[in-house]
This record gives sequence, C-alpha cells and structure tokens, in this order.
Amino acid sequence: MAPESQLQQQEAAWVLLMRAAQAGDARRYDELLRSVTPFVRNLTRRYCRDPSLAEDVVQDVLLTVHRIRHTWDPQRPFSPWLAAIAARRGIDRIRRATRIARHEVSDELAMETFSVPAANNESGALRAAEAIEPLLAALPERQRRALEAVKLRGLSVAQAARESGQSETALKVSVHRAVKALRKLVATGKDDDI
Amino acid sequence: MEKRGTEQLIASLSQGLAPVRPLRPPARRALLWLCAIALVIGALLLRFADLAAWAGRYSEWRMAIEAAATLLTGVTAVVAAFHLSLPDRSSLWRYAPLPPLLLWIATSGLGCLQFGVGLGPPGARVGESTHCFAFIIGVSVPLTVLLFAALRRARPLDPLPVALTAALGVAALAAFVLQFFHHFDVTAIDLATHLAAVLCVVGLAGAARRVLG
Repeated sequence: MAPESQLQQQEAAWVLLMRAAQAGDARRYDELLRSVTPFVRNLTRRYCRDPSLAEDVVQDVLLTVHRIRHTWDPQRPFSPWLAAIAARRGIDRIRRATRIARHEVSDELAMETFSVPAANNESGALRAAEAIEPLLAALPERQRRALEAVKLRGLSVAQAARESGQSETALKVSVHRAVKALRKLVATGKDDDI
Repeated sequence: MEKRGTEQLIASLSQGLAPVRPLRPPARRALLWLCAIALVIGALLLRFADLAAWAGRYSEWRMAIEAAATLLTGVTAVVAAFHLSLPDRSSLWRYAPLPPLLLWIATSGLGCLQFGVGLGPPGARVGESTHCFAFIIGVSVPLTVLLFAALRRARPLDPLPVALTAALGVAALAAFVLQFFHHFDVTAIDLATHLAAVLCVVGLAGAARRVLG
C-alpha cells in the first residue's frame, strides 16, 4: 500500500476514534491515545533530543489533548490539530529549558550547611572545604575518622568515642595527631589549592 | 518519565472519560458574540446618541471611511481572536486586523491634516480628550471581560496573541461607539489620545492573558 494512502487511512481512523472520544467512548479514546503516541513521539523529538525529556513532552501533549479535546472540530482533519498541540508543547519545553539555563546554575554544594556558622556566610568556605578533602584523605584512617567526627560533624568526644569503639583518651590522641599531621601537610606545601 | 509512565497516563485519562460538546466554528462564535454586543450597544445608542447628527457628520466620505475602518478593525480583530484561540488555526490571523487598523489611523490622520494639525479650539479640547480616553477604557473593560469569557472556553495554548487581538477588537469597537458622541473633528491630540487608550487596553489585556489559559 502506498504511504500516502496509509496516512489517509490512519487519519480517517483517528477522526472516527476522536469523534467517539468526544462522545465519551473511553475504550476508543484509549485506542486513539495509544495509536497517536508514536506519531507524537516523532514530532516531539524535533524539539527535544533527550529521550526521557522527550517522553515528558509526549505526556504533556497527551494531557493537553485531554484538556482541550472539545476544541477539535469533527468536520476538520485530526492530525493538524494534534501536530499543532505537539509543536506548542515542544516550543514551551525549549523556552523553559532556555529560561532555566539563563537564570539558574546547578551547584549541589550551594545547599550545604556547615557546622561553623561563619563558614555558611563566606564565599571562600566552599572552596576551602573542597580543598581540604585531599588532605584529609592523606591522613591515617583512624585519625581521619576521629577528626571528621569531632571537628566536622560536631560530635562530642564521648559520642565520637562510642561511635568509633575507642576510649575517650585514645580518641583525643587521634584528633590531636590528626590536627598536627594536617598542619604539617599544609606547612610542607601540600596546601596549594587552599 | 518513561514509556511505562505514558501507558499509565493513557489508562488514567481514558478511565471515566466524560463526553464533551465540540466548540462551534470560530467564525460562528465570533458572529454570535458580535451580534449580542451589537444588540446591547445598538439599544444604548438609540437611547443616548444623536443619530441624526452622526449621520450628517458621517455623510462625508472621509468620515464614513474612518467609521467603517474603525468598525472593521473591531470586527476582524474579534474574529481573529476566536480563530487564534484554537490550536489548529493559522497564526496569520493575528495580522488580519492590520489593514483596517492602518486605514483607520490613516483617515484619522488625514482629518487632522485637513482641519489643521493644531490643538483645535483652545480650552476644552484637552478636557474632551480626557473624556475620550475614559470612554474608550470604560467601554473596553466590560467588553474585554465578556470576550475573554467567550474565548476562555477554548483554553488557548498561546494566550498572548489571543489576548492582544481581542483587546484590539474591543478597543476599536469602543472607539467606533465613541464616534457617535464625538461631535467635532479629530485633532492631533484626539488621535493620540484614542491611540493611547487603545494601547492601554491592549497592554492591560496582555497582562491579564493568563485568565484565558
């Protein structure tokens, strides 16, 4: 069968299904929506290349079809009506993406709250926190855990000792040694990034 | 969201589907709206306007063309707004009111030149212009509310051109009605005031476009 004739048949079928849908036939409406979804998917790919985002647009189009199904004139073809809705929703998606790209910056660290209040207010705090990470990683495991618990997470010595299974004295020694080791690391020039 | 989500969406949309009555063709809806408005405005004009004086003034060709162009701007803009409110109608409808609008401005401008570009007789003219401004706004606001109520049924996907065209339509209709009470020739100030009032209505309607969605 020629593709043109196939399209005509498809259009005629959609017109019949949509007329039935406007009359409240749920089964035919379901059939119509399932039948038009690949067509809508093809149309929306022009506006959105990311498949998961394109599927969002497809669903947006289906919701719009449902919301304004009374605006289709049963005496007119169905495909141009559907294509116009898909185009509109595709354009809306592009505009939204452009708006977000223009006004918003994705920065997960921006939402982080530090235990020291001043660190939340200083613009350099985030950079410092990032820079100290490799230095912490260079410490022995026992010392690093002790320092993180007491100095970064703000636990008391007793809480941190319970958590790590050490005595309070041993934990204090670990923290003291960790701070001393960090100072040494910074002093020996491994703090270039800070 | 993935394709499975789409399947679920389709199932939920189909469930409990309510029948809907398709909207009538936009030209017919526009005509019905215009006829209803014409009946109300016609009755008010019969009651309050001096129709004989108006007919006398508008027997002159330039005035007749100006009145016809004003009315035509209103009618075409209203018809265009009804078309634009539907997703599958040409977006070129937004340009339909432009030819009569240009003719309206041109004939009014010609009147200004014909009777002198000046401010007209001293004294009351600025006050008259203020009345003209208030008249156009005062008539346009209720007409806009009525027209928006009719257009809202289509839930336009892009409400801005619909709102702007509709507002141009009602403002032009208001300016046409004003001509029944405008017993003097249009001066430059009048023309500027009329256009400012029309722009005001269009701007306000544009700001209120979300009402249509």
